[in-house]
This record gives sequence, C-alpha cells and structure tokens, in this order.
Amino acid sequence: MTQKIRMDVKIAGVEFKNPVMTASGTFGSGAEYGEYVDLDGLGAVVTKGVASVPWAGNPTPRIAETCGGMLNAIGLQNPGMEVFCERNLPFLKQYDTRVIVNVCGRTQEDYCQVVERLSGEPVDMLEINVSCPNVKEGGIAFGQNADALESITRAVKRYAAQPVIMKLSPNVTDIGEMARAAEAGGADAISLINTLTGMKIDVHKRTFALANQTGGLSGPAVKPVAVRMVYEASRAVSLPVIGMGGIQSGEDAVEFLLAGATAVSVGTANFHDPCVTQKIVAGLQAYLEKYGIEDVKDLIGAVQPVPGPS
Amino acid sequence: MKQKEICRVLRQERINTSEPSDVGIYSLWLETKDIARKAAPGQFVMVYGKDDSRLLPRPISICQTDGTALRLVYRVAGSGTREFSRLGPGQTLEVLGPLGNGFPLGEVQGEHVLLLGGGIGIPPMLGTAVKLGKNATAVLGYRHETFLREEFAEVCPVAFATEDGSSGVKGNVLDVIHEGGLRADVIFACGPAPMLRAVQAYAAEEGIRCWISMEERMACGIGACLGCVCDTTQEDPHSHVHRKRVCKDGPVFLSTEVRL
Repeated sequence: MTQKIRMDVKIAGVEFKNPVMTASGTFGSGAEYGEYVDLDGLGAVVTKGVASVPWAGNPTPRIAETCGGMLNAIGLQNPGMEVFCERNLPFLKQYDTRVIVNVCGRTQEDYCQVVERLSGEPVDMLEINVSCPNVKEGGIAFGQNADALESITRAVKRYAAQPVIMKLSPNVTDIGEMARAAEAGGADAISLINTLTGMKIDVHKRTFALANQTGGLSGPAVKPVAVRMVYEASRAVSLPVIGMGGIQSGEDAVEFLLAGATAVSVGTANFHDPCVTQKIVAGLQAYLEKYGIEDVKDLIGAVQPVPGPS
Repeated sequence: MKQKEICRVLRQERINTSEPSDVGIYSLWLETKDIARKAAPGQFVMVYGKDDSRLLPRPISICQTDGTALRLVYRVAGSGTREFSRLGPGQTLEVLGPLGNGFPLGEVQGEHVLLLGGGIGIPPMLGTAVKLGKNATAVLGYRHETFLREEFAEVCPVAFATEDGSSGVKGNVLDVIHEGGLRADVIFACGPAPMLRAVQAYAAEEGIRCWISMEERMACGIGACLGCVCDTTQEDPHSHVHRKRVCKDGPVFLSTEVRL
C-alpha cells in the first residue's frame, strides 16, 4: 500500500522534487556519481566550488580519517568557471534535477565575477562558500565576521540572476548572528554547516596528518553540532535553511528537517557508499509512510520540547 | 547502476610470518560476482569496514584473480586493515571496483617488461606477471622476509633484493637491475615513493618506457573528491592545474607524466 506522499519542497521560489541534495565538494559535478546514482532521483546536485579561474588546491595528504568523521584540506581544486560552464553544466542539464552551483573566491570581486558569469547559464540557485579566506582582510574567512558576511552577500546579490544561498561556517561564536547577517545582506536562503576546522597529528611520524596542517571535519562526528546550529539559525531568521553535517540515513535527514531545515545535503556519507543519496531519499519516504505523514513539509521545524512531569 | 558488492571471504592467511605482528601482510581471497571478472592488473578496489567509527573505505590494489575469485594482498597499516585481517572463511566484506586504470598490457605486446615491485607494491605485480608470462622478468624488493616470490617464479624469471641483505641482493630493485645487468623494453613499477623516484630517473636515463603505479590517501575512490591528486608535468584535463586524480586518472601513470 503506497499512499500519495508529497516529497516536494520549495526554496526561494525554486521547486525541488524532494529535499535531498548533495553537499558541495563531495559529489564533484555529478559526473563521477552518475554511474552509481540515478541523478534524476535527487532533489538537487550541489556542485563542487567553482572559482573565476582554475585553483590548484593544497598539497597532499589532503585527507585524514578521524573517529566517526574525516578531515579534508582539498583547497577547492577546480577548473574555473569557463570549463565548468562548457563541460559540467551541459552534463548536469541532461538530468531532471535542480542544479545549485557552489561559488568560491579569494576576494569579493572573485565571487561577483563567477556569479555574473553564471547569470545566463542554466543554473537554478547559487550557493556561496564564505569559508574561504578573504585575502584582502588578512585571511579571515568571509563567513567568520558578520559585517564581512553581510557585505559579501549584498555584493553577490547585485550580480546574481538566480536565488542566492549563503553557506555558513560553523567556526563562529554565534551562528544566529551570522544567519541574521546573511539575511540583512539579502540572502534568499542559508545552508549549514560547512566543516568544523580541526587538526590531526600522526604521533608515529610526529607530523601533521594533513599537509595543510588544519582541515575541515565532517561526517557523523559533527552531526549533533550541525543539528544544533540548524535549529539556532532557523529560529534566528525567516529564511529557508538547507541543513547538512553527518547525514547518513533517512532518519538523519528527518532530524535536520525537525530542527528547522527545509532541505538537506548529503556529503561525507557518499564516500562510505556512493549510492547513499538515493537510499536517503528512500529512507525519508519510508519514515513518512511509517508515521502516516502525507507531506514532508510537515516535518520542517516540528521538533517539540520534551514533555515535563504532568 | 554500479554499486558495492558484498563479497564472501574464501580464505585468508598471513604471508610474512617471521616479521613482527604489527607489520602483518595478509593474502585474502574473496568470492565476487563481477569484480574479479572485470579486473585488470594494476587496478584497485575500495574495501569497506563494518565499524561505523571508520567511515572511509581502504584502497587496496588487486593482486590477482581466478575466475570469480579476487585476491588482495595488503599490509596491516592501521585499525581498518586490522579489521579486515581478522576475517575468516564465510564472513563478508563490502567491495567497490575494479577502479582506476591498470598497466597498459595492450601497449607492450611482444616486448620484454621488467616488473619492479617494492614492499607492499609487490602484490599488483603478480597478476601482471601472470598476464605477461615469459615476456616479463620480476624484480622484487623486500625489507627482510620475502613473500609471493615462489608464486612469481611459477610464471616468470624472478630476481630480488632485501634491504638487510638476509637473502638475495643486498639493497633495492635498482641494485638488482645493475648487479644482474637486466635489460628491458618497458618497465612497470609499484612501490614506495623513494623507489618510484629512483625508477623514474633510471627509466629517463636509459630511455626506457616506464609506467608507475601511485599511492595516495583516498576518500571517494571514483574521482569526485580530489583527495588523492598527484602533481603532473602537463596540465590535467579535469581541473587544468597540473594535478591528476590517482584514483580515476591512475593509479598507473606514465613515469614522464608525474612529478614525484
């Protein structure tokens, strides 16, 4: 028995067939995973970060496993916006899924250049990675200072033809303040969390595990932090929220929706199972069936306080 | 759609019994549905553990195949490979593959190939030797205890070295080549970075076509995450930054193509 369950969600006027997306950086531009996942079954493919010119990224090792998670310091290696538009977008447009392009830069002008270049392209939304160091302001990430975040949001919005998602960094004292800064700058949505900055040391070699010394922590180890931040951010602003951080199953996705997310992104779990995204869509559907919930949107922000003594 | 295969362990044994247990090298035979049939020498698989605290798969080179059976010979390097080493017959393991590009057997037909294997780079050379047969000479470099040597000897001539000089030539694979005056049209090599660097230089000096198999930490194994890149002499077609993906563009590269 399959009743008609609604899985569609809407963010900033863009309709998604279901709320499961890929997390930027873990899924390339979809081509590599196309052999493992029916991309038509996903709500959206969020691409790896695209810069104005090719970026070589960091030296290796770029990857280190940690308990329940991993550190990465890829350094946003990417071929730049021209190759991306000529090669990767036509690939993605073969599929019946939404395309969200993640944008990275070293200066405000970098971001604006990419956003402007994408304005005439078949892209549904833009996701701005503000965890990159701002080279003109001493290297502190755009997303770690509320004024810088508001300013870059406003700048990007001037050039953007598509709705803009600001992807927030969790490496801040008050995530609500950052969410409000993005909203003040005119963001159409926010996504979080990006990775938590971490470090691993190889005690046998007495060296850093990563050539970059620090890296971004992701995977199930960060999930409780991510759920808490999604909850706080979604209550701080009226913007739709895309939640991510350690999602491995349909029930993990439900947790983020209950915390206040309208959609979720799946990242590191792709490395544990290249087919995981479609399993999460199925798992989410199974959850709704199990509890007789007819519309996935009924879960958004629906978490209740623990009942006290009566 | 491709997916991971659940493979049953046929048998597993430790093959370097005289060395300390923390440097155990294991030979694992798995029954596969498609992986062994599709595998080519020099390709690898991703092996997934069952412990949720370790979420990344381990890339392991394919040693050889026999029909639907797949043989992996690997070193216990940490908790993930230690988990694999405890598996016995009938237990299962999730495996993705075969992945990457193996040695270009089609490009060396009729030529004599030197197969250079150092340490845990030796296993992928066995399947390659089986395919090349008498067109190959295997040159193996060990630390102390030799392993798989008799199996190589069944299919091609073998020369070897040990670092401590306990058997064979004292030194490494290049010492064996120099001492034995070995010549070849082509070199296939797999081993630690210092060995590959020396082999790369030797091949350049001698003007021998040489392919080497690279190793790097991986996450996805399928070319998406860009965790396992190596530096290349030419601009790469994926990112246009002189960095290729070991998992997808390799792990076997022309020696003139990579910077070690």
